[in-house]
Amino acid sequence: MTRFRRLPQGGRIDRAKPVSARFDGKALGGFAGDTLASALLANDQVLIGRSFKYHRPRGLVAAGIEEPNGLFTLGEGATTEPNVAATMVDLVDGLVARTQNAWPSAGFDLMAVNSILSPLFQSGFYYKTFMGPTKGSWMFYEPFIREAAGLGKATGLPDPDRYDMRYAFCDVLVVGSGPAGLAAALTAGRSGARVVLADQDSDFGGSLLSGNDAGHEAWRIACIGELKSLPNAETCARTTVQGLYDGNLAVLVENRSHLRPDARKGEARMLLTQLRAKTIVMATGAIERPLVFSNNDRPGVMLASALRSYTNRFAVAPDKRAVIVTNNDTAYQAALDLATAGVAVTVADHRASVSADILSRAGAKGIAIFPGSGIFDVEGAKGVTRVKLGGAHAVTIECDAVGMAGGWSPVVHLSSHGGIKPKFDEAAAGFVPGGFPASHYGAGAMMGTYGLSAAIAEGSNAGASAASYAGFGKTRPVYAPEHVTDRSYAILPTWAPAYSAKGKAFVDFQSDVTIKDVKIAHQEGYRSVEHLKRYTTLGMGTDQGKTSNINALALMAEYRGITIPEAGTTTFRPPYAPLTMGAIAGRTVGAHFRPVRLSPLHDWHVKNGATFIDAGLWKRAWFYSWAGATPETAYVKEMELVRRGVGLADVSTLGKIDIQGPDAAEFLNRVYVNGFAKLPVGKVRYGVMLNDDGIVLDDGTTARISDNQFYMTTTTAQAGEVMSWLEYLLQCHWTDLNVQVASLTDEWAGMAVSGPKAREALQLAFPAEDLSNDALPYMGCKDFPFEGVTVRLLRMSFSGELAYEVHVAADYAISLWAHILKAAAPTGIKPYGLEALASLRIEKGHVAGLELDHRNTLDDLGLGKMAGKEKDYVGRALRFREDCQSPERWSLVGLELMEPDKKLRGGSILFAATDEIKGHGRGYITSVTWSTELNTFIALGLYKGGLGHEGEEIIAAFPLKNEQARLKIVSPHFIDKEGARLHA
Amino acid sequence: MMIPCPHCGDRDVSEFRYGGDASKQRPAHGTGDLKAWHDYVFLFENPKGPHTEYWQHVLGCRRWFKLARNTATNEIGGVVS
Ligand SMILES: [Zn+2]
Repeated sequence: MTRFRRLPQGGRIDRAKPVSARFDGKALGGFAGDTLASALLANDQVLIGRSFKYHRPRGLVAAGIEEPNGLFTLGEGATTEPNVAATMVDLVDGLVARTQNAWPSAGFDLMAVNSILSPLFQSGFYYKTFMGPTKGSWMFYEPFIREAAGLGKATGLPDPDRYDMRYAFCDVLVVGSGPAGLAAALTAGRSGARVVLADQDSDFGGSLLSGNDAGHEAWRIACIGELKSLPNAETCARTTVQGLYDGNLAVLVENRSHLRPDARKGEARMLLTQLRAKTIVMATGAIERPLVFSNNDRPGVMLASALRSYTNRFAVAPDKRAVIVTNNDTAYQAALDLATAGVAVTVADHRASVSADILSRAGAKGIAIFPGSGIFDVEGAKGVTRVKLGGAHAVTIECDAVGMAGGWSPVVHLSSHGGIKPKFDEAAAGFVPGGFPASHYGAGAMMGTYGLSAAIAEGSNAGASAASYAGFGKTRPVYAPEHVTDRSYAILPTWAPAYSAKGKAFVDFQSDVTIKDVKIAHQEGYRSVEHLKRYTTLGMGTDQGKTSNINALALMAEYRGITIPEAGTTTFRPPYAPLTMGAIAGRTVGAHFRPVRLSPLHDWHVKNGATFIDAGLWKRAWFYSWAGATPETAYVKEMELVRRGVGLADVSTLGKIDIQGPDAAEFLNRVYVNGFAKLPVGKVRYGVMLNDDGIVLDDGTTARISDNQFYMTTTTAQAGEVMSWLEYLLQCHWTDLNVQVASLTDEWAGMAVSGPKAREALQLAFPAEDLSNDALPYMGCKDFPFEGVTVRLLRMSFSGELAYEVHVAADYAISLWAHILKAAAPTGIKPYGLEALASLRIEKGHVAGLELDHRNTLDDLGLGKMAGKEKDYVGRALRFREDCQSPERWSLVGLELMEPDKKLRGGSILFAATDEIKGHGRGYITSVTWSTELNTFIALGLYKGGLGHEGEEIIAAFPLKNEQARLKIVSPHFIDKEGARLHA
Repeated sequence: MMIPCPHCGDRDVSEFRYGGDASKQRPAHGTGDLKAWHDYVFLFENPKGPHTEYWQHVLGCRRWFKLARNTATNEIGGVVS
């Protein structure tokens, strides 16, 4: 039998432009202007899927964004997108869609057995069965249940589509282009204000697009025409305002899928706009509510307004007869329009009497009205065949479709994103905005102002007010078309079915929640709306209960014997509608996921066999091919190079800060724990900084270039933090100090020249300079010109060897680096990477980022003796608080592996030899390396009581690999404890 | 949220870093016993409502400043001198 058919004329479709899509592997024809949903109905595809839990046959319920059932998977392969509402998809050539949650097909579903087992799926079924007494069983059952009860599946493949993001600004943002929104946008636009009008639909006009009144259509066309002619107005179709945030930031997402079902064309599939609006007018309309009765989910039962939309806009109507059930007058708009399109219409009206005006208009169209009646039951397993009425007129009617008109729910979501709760309006029988901040306005149905002329007047007023708030003066109002009569929108609130057979009566179609589920939740004591939601899953679907929330709330209030406002409403949060993750990510994916920082020497490393490793945002040279093909072999050779000859390493990632001013020395003396006031010009000093709380912030070095100029280096990891901290102290607290700081991290490059032959190498590179131990002793520094460029040479070491750092402006980094390698070639100098750099400092017992974990004190790191006794420094007072003085704190130790056949891993948990290997232990390994000097694995770690346990044998456990190894606690200075090499 | 940098004007919050409660007086350098520092570093009113706090335009001009912000509504009261 045929239930729906394409009307021979009418609608907003372009019959000259046929479109061919594919649905479940078969061709699906339609016209430009169709949605996937209207094309399905036009092809009499009434049964379109199975329900979420019970696998009941389902059809379309709505024609708009609120559609709960018509969710499909679009695209193929990597472009697959699940759970897309067919009502929001433009039918275009090449579109591929398929049903989900039905196997093997929507028409013949093996899973329909769930329907027979339905007691299993009632409220709280999951909680009671799997979370309760049989703990652990959820883990076992979950995959099976998810397989059977599910929405569409994501592909798991990388998304080949492109998404884009932009920032924009405007004076007035109008959300929604129905009568109120059009009036608001045009009135604001006429003032000269920059207006953005956004609508989720593919065309502007909102409810007017579903009407058939020529006068209204002329008004719509005129408004849009004038608006588009304004240079200060931007109109955005297919653009959903997903959220409003602080400071009038609106997030708009434009769906441009209709441009390119073929992913290779290159346009962005979605465009996310972060729009700063001075003012916002919300004209988001209202969504019709279903009615609750037995078998109200049969395919072909839909919202009355949806029947009207399909008929008027898409020229798709029920084949012969429709039954409309209502508790208000608005259903008659649908009834009259369907009758005009040639559909026989019967109306069952819950109300005992219907106005004479309606009776006469309906009578003229041959519409039969049964007052005091409602639906008792709906028949037809795979589509409506027959409706039984109950109440005053218990008749049976053969029909193709049923329209439900339960009143309207204002779309208040955006108004509550800022935290203002909606309030219940008795006259509108729904929740309306609970208020607006000064720069926000509401108009039309979203305010409960349903009548056309009233909505337009309210919209025009809101547009004028918004423009004025944004600083624009004169405007002309927009007037409603002539001869508009605003009719009543009052409902007879009948939340529970007054006369109903025993079939399932659904409250939430998408989450498969019936009136019985709500009742059970109430009986079991789940009284708060939020508990009701979580217990029954009501409103938790992708439609977020757009059609179901009010009915559920009203039923809950009825069971509890309280009013709807007393029962409350749920909180609305962004996004308003389901959103593809790609739209949020935009271009911030793959290589663009985060910024990449490159050393000025990067290109040299690339050309000379470096393998890179990520260190924060930096790409650092990890090891070089001359030393080996894998890090395990290469770093050992690079370490040997430094211990026996000389190596060159890129340390440009260190934070570098220029500090100048007459009070610079005093400033450094305050921020470092050790003294800097008397640091002579030409000297560099190692220093440690604390936070106010006495915990170590960073370590580094500072050189005195002149009386009033210092050059600080920080660790790579803390460079930004230290810079910001220095600025904070100078700008917020020590405003009396005359000091300026500037970051040179990106402006300067640094290279370490380390090893017993370091001086020899540098002397070859800079033959004009006296680099003897007397001229440039340990911790000495000097600036000198080399071929017209200032080179800063600092004699300091983190490897424990004789070592220098050479700093130079970044532009000269590669030429200077290459020069050193070439000039010093007779010494056998070669580059070494981060792995060797880190291992060398472990052997020397130098703490670094892995030890400085923002929990340790100076004493924990064995650095307490550095702190000045006679001076104040940041963190001094709190360094001595009781907790920081405990001898039981985790503090720095050296560790030596006692079992030569084993290896050590960073992160291993440390236990005393007699401990049970369980829990968090007494500490952990922070850094580990193979020691070329000691021929064993060594490590640094933090251990409870620290070096108080020196010499003890302990255990390192690595539970992930089920490994244990015996270690000995030793001094963290594994080599050259006296520092003879440093001073060589 | 838009934050009014005293140097650059209104800029998006993502360009700033938060610097904590600015209503308390930091003990002057060289002064303050354990108690004074403890109270300064660890004790906060954490009010729901008007709050004066430090912000830095860290991805801009790097200016630090005091800002009045309502922690309940994110309403910005402006820069406090
Ligand atoms: Zn700024």
